[in-house]
Amino acid sequence: MKTIKVNIVTPDGPVYDSEVNMLIANTATGEIGVLPGHIPMVAPLQVGAVRMKTDGKTTDIVAVSGGFLEVRPEKVTILAQAAEVASAIDVTRAKEAMKRAEERLAQTKQDDLDFKRADLSLRRATNRINVYEGNI
Amino acid sequence: MASLRDIKNRISSTKKTSQITRAMQMVSASKLNRAELNAKAFVPYMGKISDVVSAIASGTADSGHPMLLSRPVKKTAYLVITSDRGLAGAYNSNVIRAVTNAIRDRHTSVDEYVVFAIGRVGRDFFVKRGANVIESVVALPDHPSFADIKEIARKAVGMFTDGTYDELYMYYSHYVSAIQQEVTGQKVLPLTDIATTNSGANASYEFEPSGEAILEVLLPQYAESLIYGALLDGKASEHASRMTAMKSATDNASDLIGSLTLSFNRARQAAITQEITEIVGGVAALE
Repeated sequence: MKTIKVNIVTPDGPVYDSEVNMLIANTATGEIGVLPGHIPMVAPLQVGAVRMKTDGKTTDIVAVSGGFLEVRPEKVTILAQAAEVASAIDVTRAKEAMKRAEERLAQTKQDDLDFKRADLSLRRATNRINVYEGNI
Repeated sequence: MASLRDIKNRISSTKKTSQITRAMQMVSASKLNRAELNAKAFVPYMGKISDVVSAIASGTADSGHPMLLSRPVKKTAYLVITSDRGLAGAYNSNVIRAVTNAIRDRHTSVDEYVVFAIGRVGRDFFVKRGANVIESVVALPDHPSFADIKEIARKAVGMFTDGTYDELYMYYSHYVSAIQQEVTGQKVLPLTDIATTNSGANASYEFEPSGEAILEVLLPQYAESLIYGALLDGKASEHASRMTAMKSATDNASDLIGSLTLSFNRARQAAITQEITEIVGGVAALE
């Protein structure tokens, strides 16, 4: 089966680097799957999980906090400000962040800037917890 | 002439100082190693992001994105990266001098510029001078992660987009080698120089949903990465110049100890000679 190279890079260094059969990511406009030989494309990503199917059976999951996806026929690069593979996630910290964000959401009004910020950090935290527990 | 005991005291205190500076030199040397590794880990990210930015920006050259356009300058922002502590030779003063020179050349009044400060020395200096310091980050760890400066980077980029100021300059010390660092002043925003550095080979991207929407996400991320890269660079130079400063302090201390030991021996010899003369004189008087 043909493979495509996937690189996930953050400012703190590379996170994931491997050959995969298929990559599935949440872009701003919806979920897309990338197979080897895809046309060159760039798309912003949502906070979410990126799934890589390696040999038809196993799936690698990486939690990505925003950023964007660059596709070339033989290579996919994801540039994000934060990204973790499941084993590298600090789940207690994510749970604390989720609690804090929920409290703040309950206090602030919908159209507040703080509301948006809390909403985003809640999504990041739940995403990390989901990836850690493997229920995608 | 100083007494024997005075000289002895000075020798021992200089010795203690040199032990401290030698220890600090070794600490900085190991921190410099880590800082270099951190800066290296960042290179692939920065390389990638500038590739994509230039490919997209040249593909949609007339996008008119506000971060790409220079507008008439009414107010300027300076982001100054210094260290939290001194004992790093001329590291901080070089950066601060470059910023104050730039400010003096470009502006006539305090209202024309604002300052973002990373590092205590720079913040204290500009607060004392009465500059408008909007935001500062102090007490960063020796090996900062991107999350540590995300707030200030986002604010610096966001306030440009809001139109609070029309230019953002960044001043930091660029790490060339362990013994050489260069103060660098760089224009971060507007991003006028990226469109020219296009390779041309991979400009045929499909944009999902559109080039403009991607620039909206990409350009702030790019500018924030520039700031983080400068911080890593600055940290490496900080450790390098602290190492050099401590090395020369240790060298000076051993020079000083050498010349003090010489005068100690001379004084001791003089005292012995004097004693002998006195004894000989006393014996001669008895005969």
